[in-house]
Amino acid sequence: MQLLAIDTSTSAITVALHDGFRVTAESTTLDPRAHAEHLAPGIRDVLGQVGVEPGAVTGVVVGIGPGPFTGLRVGIVTARTFGYALGVPVRGLCSHEALAHQSWLAGRRGELLVATDARRKEVYAAAFSLTRAGSERMGDVIVARPADLPEHWRSLPTIGRGPLLYPDSLPGGIPSGGVGGDLLDVSAGALADLAARRWSAGEALATAALEPGGGFDGLEPLYLRRPDTQPAPPSRKSTLG
Amino acid sequence: MADEPLVLGIETSCDETGVGIVRGDTLLFDAIASSVDQHARFGGVVPEVASRAHLEEMVPTIERACREAGVALSDVDAIAVTAGPGLAGALLVGVASAKALAVALGTPIYGVNHLASHVAVDIVEHGPLPEPAMAMLVSGGHSSLLLVPDVTHDVRSLGATMDDAAGEAFDKVARVLGLPFPGGPHIDRAAREGNRIAIDFPRGFTSGRDLERHRFDFSFSGLKTAVARWVETRHRAGEAIPVADVAASFQEAVVDVLTRKALLACKEHEVDHLLIGGGVAANSRLRALAQERCDKAGVVLRVPRPELCTDNGAMVATLGAQMVLKGREPSDLGLPADSSMPVTLVQA
Ligand SMILES: [Zn+2]
Repeated sequence: MQLLAIDTSTSAITVALHDGFRVTAESTTLDPRAHAEHLAPGIRDVLGQVGVEPGAVTGVVVGIGPGPFTGLRVGIVTARTFGYALGVPVRGLCSHEALAHQSWLAGRRGELLVATDARRKEVYAAAFSLTRAGSERMGDVIVARPADLPEHWRSLPTIGRGPLLYPDSLPGGIPSGGVGGDLLDVSAGALADLAARRWSAGEALATAALEPGGGFDGLEPLYLRRPDTQPAPPSRKSTLG
Repeated sequence: MADEPLVLGIETSCDETGVGIVRGDTLLFDAIASSVDQHARFGGVVPEVASRAHLEEMVPTIERACREAGVALSDVDAIAVTAGPGLAGALLVGVASAKALAVALGTPIYGVNHLASHVAVDIVEHGPLPEPAMAMLVSGGHSSLLLVPDVTHDVRSLGATMDDAAGEAFDKVARVLGLPFPGGPHIDRAAREGNRIAIDFPRGFTSGRDLERHRFDFSFSGLKTAVARWVETRHRAGEAIPVADVAASFQEAVVDVLTRKALLACKEHEVDHLLIGGGVAANSRLRALAQERCDKAGVVLRVPRPELCTDNGAMVATLGAQMVLKGREPSDLGLPADSSMPVTLVQA
């Protein structure tokens, strides 16, 4: 198995390769404004690091957000196209699951809030329960002003850039050195690890893999917001080409 | 034939998801998915709606292009993609997809200029471009006069619109006349029943100091305002609006300025081939008047068929193939999408 993992839902353009046993290569660049510039070179890098030809990749997993739309789409269209070009399956996973899983891998247990930057003074947020068996999402991912999140959520230990941006509303930021804390952006290594665990289970369980928490999400971005068509003025270009 | 480069081109600068496949200077297939219907109710392209549609259509359009062209992706020699100018978020979907193909297939990638692609596409329609050629690009997004010594690396801007693009003026006037979006085809149709000298609408930058200072530039916002005022005045007086006459007279003002300046540019730069591209090139009156004036001036007029005038992937593939044929270096895999890519920068 050579599983390629990609996530562009946060400030990190992150790519990893997993051989079925462990993450063998990872490349991460922090640049929230240049996802498309760094992603393809990142893929080439991780493949090059371990001498794997693109044609040897057996599957692709991509973080489907939530996250700022433009960067998010870069990752998803890259995964879909790459998988199509090589004729290998492509799976999507909620990016917050990858963040929670990374915290779990570092040894964190108990309840956890993932809160990432949604811009416009809002965060994307989801609560997780981390047990010995793994991390499980408690309910939907939502987009809201930090102060409007459920009281119980706001007091939880929190990862993602939310606490950094809104320390008053989200006081649970886990400081550097805290177990499974200090996680601001998604790591494709954690995404790959999570996917590899679910992939093998999912292949065997087929439809069971589609159950919430147990399998994969679709390949549609978790937009959580409708396109902003009003009152933003239409672009200068018409459809005349 | 088989040793000519097989190039797949991707275009997502506005609301068309285009994938074209070209071998050398032969077009094999041009696949297009348009989100125009989703924008119609907003009276213009909504960038976020366009970007979402590109993401959904990207892989199916690549798939369709390959199937219809009868080629396997693994046979593709190079990938070309519109790097700019265009809507930033829309461009990024195409650029990311093109890079994914380039990495997966191990091919070079050419990030190309959308405007140069509009010029290059006529190669698959009417053969090699004379060097230099004069090109006029008119669409909802651009109105430019270009001197093109070599479409793969030397494109010079002689002039451009200072305000609205020509196609944009069509859309806005259509709205004033109660015609649907996009306005171009509807104005064209309405104008056929009208008198094009019924109303003497203004021709921007065509006389005196304006012409000196903006010899090959265009301005259509004054014309658009003049039409709106003319219509409103009649409206207030309770008179019926002669839609066909307004459409015909407005259209005449636009195509008169466009063709006059294009031929002036040909004359002053001693170029005897004029190419017209962009969506407005589908306008029947523009084609007719351009032909008439070119014939009179001894200039050869080249206009690709309408499907190749509007945004499409074939034009990108064509320019990419020309770059391969001319031995141009491919772009770096880190190439950016540049929403305001200058027309003189042919390759990113
Ligand atoms: Zn165009």
